[in-house]
Amino acid sequence: MRLLKVSKMQTVMDKGGNGGPPMPLKKMRKELVPRKERATIGQFEVENPRMSCRNVDVYYNHGEKKAINNINLDIGRNEVIAMIGPSGCGKSTFLRCLNRMNDTIDGCRVTGTITIDNKNIYGKDVDVVPLRAQVGMVFQKPNPFPKSIYDNIAYGPKIHGLVQNRDETDGLVEQSLRRAGLWKEVKDRLDQPGTGLSGGQQQRLCIARTIAVNPEVILMDEPCSALDPIATAIIEDLIDELKQDYAIAIVTHSMQQASRVSQRTAYFHLGDLIEVGPTDQIFLNPLHQLTEDYITGRFG
Amino acid sequence: MVRERMSPSNLLLVLLVLTTAGYYLGRRRAFSVVKNDGGPRVLHSRPSYYGALTALWCAVPALVVFCFWLAFESRIITHIVVAALPEEMLTLSGGRLNLLVNDIKNLVEGNIVAGSISPALRAAADHYQELNAISHAALAVIVLVISIGAVLWIQRCISPGLRARNHVETLVKYILIACSTLAIFTTIGIVLSVLYEAIRFFKIVPIHQFLLGLEWSPQMAIRADQVGASGAFGVIPVFMGTLLISAIAMCVSVPVGLMSAIYLCEYADKRFRAVAKPLLEILAGIPTVVYGFFAALIVAPLIRNTGATLGLSVSSESALAAGLVMGIMIIPFVSSLSDDVINAVPQSLRDGALALGSTHSETICRVVLPAALPGIVGGVLLAVSRAIGETMIVVMAAGLSANLTLNPLKTVTTITVQIVTLLVGDQEFDSPKTLAAFALGLLLFVVTLVLNVVALVVVRKYREQYE
Repeated sequence: MRLLKVSKMQTVMDKGGNGGPPMPLKKMRKELVPRKERATIGQFEVENPRMSCRNVDVYYNHGEKKAINNINLDIGRNEVIAMIGPSGCGKSTFLRCLNRMNDTIDGCRVTGTITIDNKNIYGKDVDVVPLRAQVGMVFQKPNPFPKSIYDNIAYGPKIHGLVQNRDETDGLVEQSLRRAGLWKEVKDRLDQPGTGLSGGQQQRLCIARTIAVNPEVILMDEPCSALDPIATAIIEDLIDELKQDYAIAIVTHSMQQASRVSQRTAYFHLGDLIEVGPTDQIFLNPLHQLTEDYITGRFG
Repeated sequence: MVRERMSPSNLLLVLLVLTTAGYYLGRRRAFSVVKNDGGPRVLHSRPSYYGALTALWCAVPALVVFCFWLAFESRIITHIVVAALPEEMLTLSGGRLNLLVNDIKNLVEGNIVAGSISPALRAAADHYQELNAISHAALAVIVLVISIGAVLWIQRCISPGLRARNHVETLVKYILIACSTLAIFTTIGIVLSVLYEAIRFFKIVPIHQFLLGLEWSPQMAIRADQVGASGAFGVIPVFMGTLLISAIAMCVSVPVGLMSAIYLCEYADKRFRAVAKPLLEILAGIPTVVYGFFAALIVAPLIRNTGATLGLSVSSESALAAGLVMGIMIIPFVSSLSDDVINAVPQSLRDGALALGSTHSETICRVVLPAALPGIVGGVLLAVSRAIGETMIVVMAAGLSANLTLNPLKTVTTITVQIVTLLVGDQEFDSPKTLAAFALGLLLFVVTLVLNVVALVVVRKYREQYE
């Protein structure tokens, strides 16, 4: 607490020294929402959302453990929304709710409603298979299949019947690899195993594989945490381009990354969505004490 | 019969006591050496290493001498006793002389001896016994001198600068090497002995006749006037029988084993898996002879009756019965190997496939199984080599007549069955009939060796894949 105040004060003093008269310290102290307040603050709704979550709870171990608590959040069209928060705060759990990947976990239960294009994805008549084609996912660790680069991309379109013949497949593979910025690097070795690529290339291969099935939303679960800064920069550029066509939800531990790639940011803490808002506002002017603690590195 | 005080087994006990004493003596010596200048910290190694060094030097050289002595003792004593036999006995033929020596040994050990005991025989036995006692006494003296000497010598050597830990570790390393080479030398020994007898066989029956012959009837006339077969040693019908039965077994075990592994890995909930997996593995614990009953008494009649209903002629000992039961026997083998391999496919691959919108079955067929395939193939090849080498079921359920046929309803015979029948009963060890067993054994060995090597290469290649 004290450290922060001093540093803010110094900034203020410096500014004051350069320009007008020093501002009184009291005015700098905005009123933050106190730590014990757990309700979401900020604008969680957007106009004409792609996905929309209301009152989402997730339980693990057959209801013994509540992992996330009453989350309300919209994901807009063509936006990148970043989810930040300390480990174990439920952001990955929430992300996996969005394409029902939590179904594979034994004893996991999701309540509340999550809609995509106004259709409840947990509805009784919804089949999870087309849903996952609609909401793609990129994982923390690159996980190319032990097949050739070509087959890694072609796998999804083939099972969904998006391609009819070899020519269409070739075209789609090339298009997907180009959009993932990988075409130039691998065009001469499409028949080599995808596992032989470098970590960053593998992750771009996984992104290419995901966009090959033409989803509407792409979920990314810490996609750069296993990569070096150069590979990270390439993927961040790619995310920026992809938002032209897709809604992207990205979980990240790197606040710099969140501020670089996202338009909106949601801060999770111990299973609660604490604050959500435009990324600039969250990082420069958070409204909740917990958010400020986290982004200033004094998570407590 | 006077029991010696220092028989080899007593000697071993004494050596054990000495070794234990050596350990404590060495340890105490290490403490006392440094008692007055700095205590155990001054020692190069921890005190127990000095004890271990003493114990090892006390035991190992003495044991080596002990083993060599016992290995050669009997031969040397026999030699001396035979040399001292009366003239008329020495002129006997080799075989008779061997019998005589056996009689002497039996007499020494107090067993019943064939025929009456002549005074000469009795004298020889006494001579043998006397030599034996001398030899054991000498052995005891030598072993004790070596071990006590070693203890005393190491006691003198112990000083703070003695690198006891390094010495002990080197010695232990050599002991480990000796143990690991033991298996290798045993294998080499078995192979060489089989090879030697097989070569003797190939001197009588040319190797191309053996490998390419289409007829197998190993009955030979033992006496000149006997009416009997001349013997034909073409291995192809036997080998084909083996392949036929193994193929039937694999047709049963691979699909069933693989599918049960897929179910257990991918679909079954934890509770079912906890029950089903051990149950499946119990199948592997059933003795093969029990499978043999099952095949001969239940499955074979069942198949014959079913065949009769359908208007097929099925022999009472059919390849089908043996193959089916052998397949059931191998199911747990295939399923547990495949289960391990399928479990080793990382969850992230399954997640990746599911996240692309694959169904569960697409994920299994197009991602999990291809990823696990090399490992599964390795497991199946190991199972094949097991099927080829399996003996008991085919002895009981497959026949003896070597038909060259691919019809699973006919009787066929296998390599292992033929080996058993050739070697059971009284045999002359120089007739091609007996020696043929070794040639068959060699063939079996080569085939399973090749399969195992291929399997191991495939499995090893698979292991490198995810890292």
